[in-house]
Amino acid sequence: MSSEKKSIFSAERLQLLLGPLSKNNPVIVQVLGICSALAVTAQLKPAIVMGLSVTVVTAFSNLILSTLRNTIPNRIRIIVQLVVVAALVIVVDQLLKAYAYDVSKQLSVFVGLIITNCIIMGRIEAFALINKPFDSLIDGIANGLGYAMLLVVIAFFRELLGSGTLFGFKVIPQAFYSFGYENNGLMILPPMALIVVGCIIWVHRSKNKDLIEN
Amino acid sequence: MESLNIFIRSIFIDNMIFAYFLGMCSYLAVSKTVKTSFGLGIAVIFVLFITVPVNYLLNNYVLKAGALEWLLGKDAASIDLSFLSFILFIAVIAAIVQLVEMVVEKFAPALYNQLGIFLPLIAVNCAIMGASLFMQQRAYENLGQATCFGLGSGIGWLLAIVSIAAIREKLKYSNIPAPLRGIGITFIITGLMAISFMSFLGINL
Repeated sequence: MSSEKKSIFSAERLQLLLGPLSKNNPVIVQVLGICSALAVTAQLKPAIVMGLSVTVVTAFSNLILSTLRNTIPNRIRIIVQLVVVAALVIVVDQLLKAYAYDVSKQLSVFVGLIITNCIIMGRIEAFALINKPFDSLIDGIANGLGYAMLLVVIAFFRELLGSGTLFGFKVIPQAFYSFGYENNGLMILPPMALIVVGCIIWVHRSKNKDLIEN
Repeated sequence: MESLNIFIRSIFIDNMIFAYFLGMCSYLAVSKTVKTSFGLGIAVIFVLFITVPVNYLLNNYVLKAGALEWLLGKDAASIDLSFLSFILFIAVIAAIVQLVEMVVEKFAPALYNQLGIFLPLIAVNCAIMGASLFMQQRAYENLGQATCFGLGSGIGWLLAIVSIAAIREKLKYSNIPAPLRGIGITFIITGLMAISFMSFLGINL
């Protein structure tokens, strides 16, 4: 590793921050953390809360494990990682229960499942264990935000087409309904989440041709 | 009878993949050939079959509000350790996966060679953790029901991954729009499969 000091916001770090938002998005390019991305996106509000929770956990778990990276024996590193992540998730869960009880009820088991969210373990294994703490923190925040952004996009389409609302407010005018427009109830059900993600990948890859698989 | 109902429900109606999307990461990554996906599916069944009952005992005799009464008498009624459940569940899962790995390596080397790479991955499979959390949330009445739920969820997961692997093997020969190739079409097909699994809704034994 080079010993020369990098400025706090060098071009390299900016790349670290912006990459996961599109070109290297954790959900649609690295295909990590799909489980919760699909299950909590029937409405916008739980999706945003989930996205922020994951951002907090990825950022801090990356920071903590990157600080500890030289002291953890390789053989037991998975267990150490799981314990750190689980402790952080417990903190998030208790905070949600205290300050956003109804959303925490809606998210039910998916708050606990942040522990096994592949984005977190994936970023720790692939980045935090071989990089310095500050870079790892940036990487954690960026990947968390990339995840949150995708959740918001999916939830936007599902809530708009499925129940005609955004954040619980009606956005489709009554005139449409009296004209014969119907909410597509299928959008709220689990299967459509998969198909929406499939379509997002389609659009994203036709814009970024180099991501296309053979 | 209730146990049988839970078993059938967890395979078809509350399928881990199609209804809750749990374990999607390995489902997408490992489903390229039927053979390997079958191996992973068997390993998942095995681990679920052990971890769900163990976590059930842990939840009912240590973590739940007042669960420590058998040890500390009436004073324990006010002790509620359920905030610790995430960390204890994941510790149990990681330990059991490690144990299973060692036992399989010792007594069934052939199976170990097949499952080898997948076993450590299972510790971070959402389906395993998810099953334990659902078990806690749905408050099953006895150990038998929890075991049936674990076994059924595992079988449902195996069913899902083997069927998508079989479809993906055939997909190699079809002409898919370039940006959809690989992961995109897998998502859409899983969605269609999930819709067909919804036809099991409402079955009650």
